[in-house]
Amino acid sequence: MIDNTSASAGTAAEAAPAEAAAPVRPRLTLRQRLSHLDTKVSPYVYVLPFFVVFLIIGFYPMAYSGYLSFFSWPRFGVTHGPGVGWANYSHVLHDPVFRKALVNTFGIFLISSIPQIIIATIVAALLDNELRGRTWWRMSVLLPFVVAPAATALIFGSLFADRSGLVNDALHGLGLSGVNWHSNRPASWLAIATMVNWRWTGYNALILLAAMRAIPGELYEAASIDGAGRVRQFLSITVPGIRPTLLFVIITSTIGGLHIFTEPRLFDTNLQHQGGANYEYQTLTMYVFNTANSATNPYPRAAAATWIEVLLIIAVSLGSFLLTRAAQRRSS
Amino acid sequence: MARRPGFMTYALLAAFVLGSVFPLYWSFVIGSVTKESAAASTPPLVPGGHFLENAHRVFHQIDFWSALGNSVLVSGIAAASVVFFSTLAGYAFAKLRFRGRDPMMVFIVATMTVPTQLALIPMLKEFSNMGLSGTRAAVILPWVVTAFGVFFMRQYLVDALPDELIEAARVDGASMFRIFWSVATPAARPAMAILGLFTFMQVWTDFMWPLVVLQGSDVQTLQTALDQLKIAPGQGIADMALLQNGTIMATVPLFLLFIVTGRQLVTGIMQGAVKG
Repeated sequence: MIDNTSASAGTAAEAAPAEAAAPVRPRLTLRQRLSHLDTKVSPYVYVLPFFVVFLIIGFYPMAYSGYLSFFSWPRFGVTHGPGVGWANYSHVLHDPVFRKALVNTFGIFLISSIPQIIIATIVAALLDNELRGRTWWRMSVLLPFVVAPAATALIFGSLFADRSGLVNDALHGLGLSGVNWHSNRPASWLAIATMVNWRWTGYNALILLAAMRAIPGELYEAASIDGAGRVRQFLSITVPGIRPTLLFVIITSTIGGLHIFTEPRLFDTNLQHQGGANYEYQTLTMYVFNTANSATNPYPRAAAATWIEVLLIIAVSLGSFLLTRAAQRRSS
Repeated sequence: MARRPGFMTYALLAAFVLGSVFPLYWSFVIGSVTKESAAASTPPLVPGGHFLENAHRVFHQIDFWSALGNSVLVSGIAAASVVFFSTLAGYAFAKLRFRGRDPMMVFIVATMTVPTQLALIPMLKEFSNMGLSGTRAAVILPWVVTAFGVFFMRQYLVDALPDELIEAARVDGASMFRIFWSVATPAARPAMAILGLFTFMQVWTDFMWPLVVLQGSDVQTLQTALDQLKIAPGQGIADMALLQNGTIMATVPLFLLFIVTGRQLVTGIMQGAVKG
């Protein structure tokens, strides 16, 4: 394995008596040095792509948003104008449309996440049986997951259409009056939450099912011997057993649910994309999007709104993490 | 747990599955009737014979086939890239020793909780400065490697790849990349398949970023093409038959993928839950 270069490098090193203090070093061949370098440097090379991509699509846009949020933007300008301090933040926080968007986002989030987690837990418990055609059932509950949010929104936009929709037709059939799904605020939230629930309940049920399968069967046997019924077993064995997973599902659905955009945008029947004629279902992300297309200080205000939304999402995720953990501690 | 389910269990599950399937059936029904029947105040409940006719109208309104091609290309490249770079980084975090390893991994997990994709406008400006807006590359770039991918592969490789195998390869004088390629990737294969499948679906169904970066360009994905179909003047919302037809056609490719790989998807979700 000794080629000329490494041999000559070795002799050159041996010829220098000053380096005799480190006797092992000079005997390393070039190949060994390269191998040493390979071991030292390779791990950093392997993890580098993530950090480069993060710099481009994560760090830089967020940092630049933060910077931009303290400036003005001249009309039709190509770069920012003079600094304005916190004015953009104050504008966003006092904007009635932003406040509406904030309430809408949380409204949609609550009526999508809470029923979703409850139903997913029940479906998981149903799947956690010796079912005939087990794989088939599991695949069936996952079916809506392959339908893109954009397609989901268009399908449910048709089901919840104000005039020709099936939901209103069914309500008429029951002798009830139809609902204006696009102009009644809570009704529009319900329609949008239904899309989210439809797409994600089965997915979350499978995650919870995995946690249920990990609960030792002896616990249930012991409970049966003690005379505990199915419901009792579910509440005092299954639910405590899946707590960490439940927490995981709650956090991920918080992070996902609070920046909802696709469903309300495609549910919209007017072409300004403002989330209903009177902002009934404009969400925070839609607000950011629309602010960037507005007339005064578009980009700085959108940047300020972005940071407000990001901080809100982090705060709520953290809050729901602490709250769920505290609730679990108390009941256990 | 060996519990024999009764009739109620099957009935409740069947009701849930019916609820999952029905909206798709409804969309197909509306996509197969005339524009007029779709707009009737009493909507149809059985499919009509106008599916192909409506499909022609969709092709007239949007460049469906080019959008389909773009979706396949973008999702395929992104999935391959995420799998390769996430496995590489995940392997380093799971099996190699280097200074700063643990803080870096914590940092990567932490980035998952910050929705940085909300900083759309600076990202868009950055991409136009690079001359990338309106290109397929712009849709792919955020998906070169993901925090979730790195985390997922690390979790898998920690247990699935025995340290002795790496030691043995090192004693044999294999280079670091050689060890990764011939020892680590064979062990990582099941997780790589699942990660690739999920990434493919995520990129395929992504809407907001392609909408922003492809705005006003000839390049569209299936999802943004649906948005165009909806906002086409006097077409989309006023023409539910057209819109649902496009929706169903845009859903068919992933539905076929689901039929082939649904089993792996189920396994993937259930494994990810146990590990994550």
